[in-house]
Amino acid sequence: MNTADQYLKAIYLAQSIEDGPAATGTLADMLEVSPASVNEMIGKLEERGLVDHEKYKGASLTDDGIVRAEEALQTYCIIERFLANVLEVENFRDEARAIQSVIDDTVAERLDTIIDRRAECPDCFDAETDACAFLEVPEEAPDPAD
Amino acid sequence: MSLGQQVSDDHQLARLLQIGVVLEEVVESRAHHHIERLPADQQAELDEEVRTLLAEAADESADHRERLAELIERLDAEPVPYEEINRLVEAKYGQTAPEDFDGVLYDQLCNEETAYKFYDDLIEAIENSDTEFSVDTGGVLETLAEIRAEEEAGVEEVTTLMERRA
Repeated sequence: MNTADQYLKAIYLAQSIEDGPAATGTLADMLEVSPASVNEMIGKLEERGLVDHEKYKGASLTDDGIVRAEEALQTYCIIERFLANVLEVENFRDEARAIQSVIDDTVAERLDTIIDRRAECPDCFDAETDACAFLEVPEEAPDPAD
Repeated sequence: MSLGQQVSDDHQLARLLQIGVVLEEVVESRAHHHIERLPADQQAELDEEVRTLLAEAADESADHRERLAELIERLDAEPVPYEEINRLVEAKYGQTAPEDFDGVLYDQLCNEETAYKFYDDLIEAIENSDTEFSVDTGGVLETLAEIRAEEEAGVEEVTTLMERRA
C-alpha cells in the first residue's frame, strides 16, 4: 500500500473517530509522522481531488477519496485478518501497520482467497480498536501467575 | 514507523518471507485444484500444453517456497506448512474457483503477476532499509531476485499461451 493510500485510510478513520474533518495533529499521531509531513501530503492529495482541506478544521475525503480510502482499508483488513487468523499473530495490529507499505492490493487479493471476510467490509472496520469488529483474534496465552 | 517501503528488523523480514511462502503455497494449491476440479466437460478441453503449464507452475512454487523456507529458518522463524494453506484453499476454492477454462489461465496469470509484484516490492523495501539483518542481506536479495526473474518468465509464458489460444 503506497504512502498516499496510507494517508487516505488514516483520514477515513480519523473522520470516523472525530465525526468531522481529520485534524493534522490526529493524522500525525496515527501515522507517526510530523505535522509538516501531514500538511505536505494533504496538499498533494487536495491537488489530486481526493481531499478537501479547510484551514483550522482539517481534512475531509472527497467522494473519489472515499472510494480510494475504502479500497485501502479493505487491503489493510485483509492483512490484519491474514496475520491474526492464518499466521495466528497475537500482535497483528502492530505488525499489519509495519508491513502494510510492502503489501500491494494485488497481493492482498491473493491472500483474500484463503481468509474469511464479511461482505460489508470495510464498513465493519472499527476505527477505535483498529480492527474489524467481527475479527476473531487469537487467544492470548494464559498468564502463568494466574 | 516509516510510511515508505522499508524492512526494519529480522522479525519483519521473516514475516514478509512467510507471506511469500504462503503466496507460493496458494499458487501451488490452486494449480492442483484447477487441474482436478474443472467440470468434466472442460477437463477434456484441458489440453496437454495447459496441464504442463499448471504442473510446472506448481513445481516451481514448491521450489520457491523451499528456498524461502531456508531463509526463514536462518532468521529463527518457521515457514507456514503447505498442508495448512492447502486446507484453507480447499475450504474457499468453491467460492473463488475460475468458472471456466479461460478463467484458469487468467487465474494463473494473476498468480504469476502477483508473485512478481510481491518480490519486486520486497526487494525494493530491503534495498531501502539501512537495517543490519542477522542473515547475509546480499544473499537474501540474490535469492529473491532469482525468484522474481522466474515469476517474470512465468508471466510471459502464460501471456504467450493465452495469446496463442485467443
